[in-house]
Amino acid sequence: MQALTNRAKPVDRKPMTFVERLYLWNIAKGMMITFKHLFKKKATINYPEQTRPFSPVFRGLHVLNRDEQGRERCTACGLCAVACPAEAITMEAAERKQGEENLFREEKYAAKYEINMLRCIFCGLCEEACPKDAIYLSETFAPANYQRKGLIYGKPDLLIPHPIDNPEEYQQALGNRANKQQQEN
Amino acid sequence: MYFTLLAFDWLFMIEKLVLIVGIVSISLVIAMYETWLERKVAAWMQDRRGPSRAGPIGLLQPLADGLKLFMKEEIIPNTSNRLLFILGPCLAMLAAMMTSAVIPWGGNIDFFGRAVSLQIADINIGILYVFAVVSMGVFGIMIGGWASNNKFSLMAALRGASQAISYELPMGLSLIALLMLTGSLKLSVIVGQQLDGVWNVVYQPLGFLIFLICAFAECNRTPFDLPEAENELNFGYHQEYSSMKLGFYLFAEYINMFISSVIMSTLYFGGYDIPFVNDAALAESIGVNLTAGLQALTLFIKTGGFIFFFMWVRWTIPRFRYDQLMNLGWKKMVPLALANMIITAAVILWLKK
Repeated sequence: MQALTNRAKPVDRKPMTFVERLYLWNIAKGMMITFKHLFKKKATINYPEQTRPFSPVFRGLHVLNRDEQGRERCTACGLCAVACPAEAITMEAAERKQGEENLFREEKYAAKYEINMLRCIFCGLCEEACPKDAIYLSETFAPANYQRKGLIYGKPDLLIPHPIDNPEEYQQALGNRANKQQQEN
Repeated sequence: MYFTLLAFDWLFMIEKLVLIVGIVSISLVIAMYETWLERKVAAWMQDRRGPSRAGPIGLLQPLADGLKLFMKEEIIPNTSNRLLFILGPCLAMLAAMMTSAVIPWGGNIDFFGRAVSLQIADINIGILYVFAVVSMGVFGIMIGGWASNNKFSLMAALRGASQAISYELPMGLSLIALLMLTGSLKLSVIVGQQLDGVWNVVYQPLGFLIFLICAFAECNRTPFDLPEAENELNFGYHQEYSSMKLGFYLFAEYINMFISSVIMSTLYFGGYDIPFVNDAALAESIGVNLTAGLQALTLFIKTGGFIFFFMWVRWTIPRFRYDQLMNLGWKKMVPLALANMIITAAVILWLKK
């Protein structure tokens, strides 16, 4: 039969020579290989102290964004929920009342916004669908939980910290995205 | 009459007692740190770091492991033979500890004018005693496996017993060749000859190789760790054991490894002989006690090398199949050891003619 590639190697079924049957030489060769590994660079990352750097396109846990004055950007238009292939997002819209202008940016806002982290596949389509830049995927992942209901994230879990009241946590939550936004602008 | 019975050398008793306590505790501590080293060496060979959280570079890890074993619930299966179930690990531990009695750990030390030998018992059947006690280690495995009343344990115990017995034979035969050279079973004499002359491994390279391989098999270490072949026998002969009884089995294995390393360095690598140094001249120049300390240190370094070798082999070579193990033992090692013995005997006769 003609070989399809030149990579195929015929199986060698010659009887072993005396040296091969002695097995000692092969053991010595194997031992030298493991000995070399003693001095190789360790692949371990000491996790809590060191972390593996995420790639710039990493898609992690969702964050509901605020604008510079700390107002929620989301208008509950539902485009993210429509875009979501895993149907993980649900929301309820509400109308902004008088005196709530410092809380919500537009007249309509999301009274309830839930993402089921067990359904979410972290594809990032919600981020792409959002016309208001209100939702984006951050650089952390959803921690484990003992119960299913604990993995349905509501607004308190998703909202970014207030940029004026809590500037440090805000910057931390923003993470690398702050740099990315600067580059885009 | 009673007076003469009481009139033995109490200082001698105290000296030996101190020595026994010292050597037993040293071998326990070494066995503890062997577990740490094993994990470290395994990690290094697999490009990992190994235990590093408990204490600096993980040095407190053995203590944590020991604490864990002690805190665990002690389970004795209902259907087991309680007495034998408890006796098993005791015997394994006892046999492992007893071998250290005849090993010379260093030259004499001078303790306020009293010459103290760093050997618990310098008996004239030294190496035979070692063999006798080592073969008692099989009882620990066998009784433990039998008393567990579990077919896997029993099968593993049978494997362990037959393996240990098969490999004791070539071990003994390889040793006969060595004993023909030394002319004495006394370990102190064997070391003494190497102190002045060349190490025995130069005269007996093949004998050493056979002894080494058999030592691996006797210690149930990879590639001969069939008694605990996880994929075939779950956990081997100590499957039903838990808590510190399991710990004793594992510990006995590490002590065995330490002792067999010591015996190999004593028999073939000059014992406590400091290489390239005339020990008698050294004793005259820097004093007896310091020399004895250095000699003991040398022995421990040699032993450490062997222990590392044990671990190096463990993390390199896969386990034998059982028929391969028996083939190697009976069809390769025994004839090879016999040939080695006959050649040695012939050469000795030819040289003495």
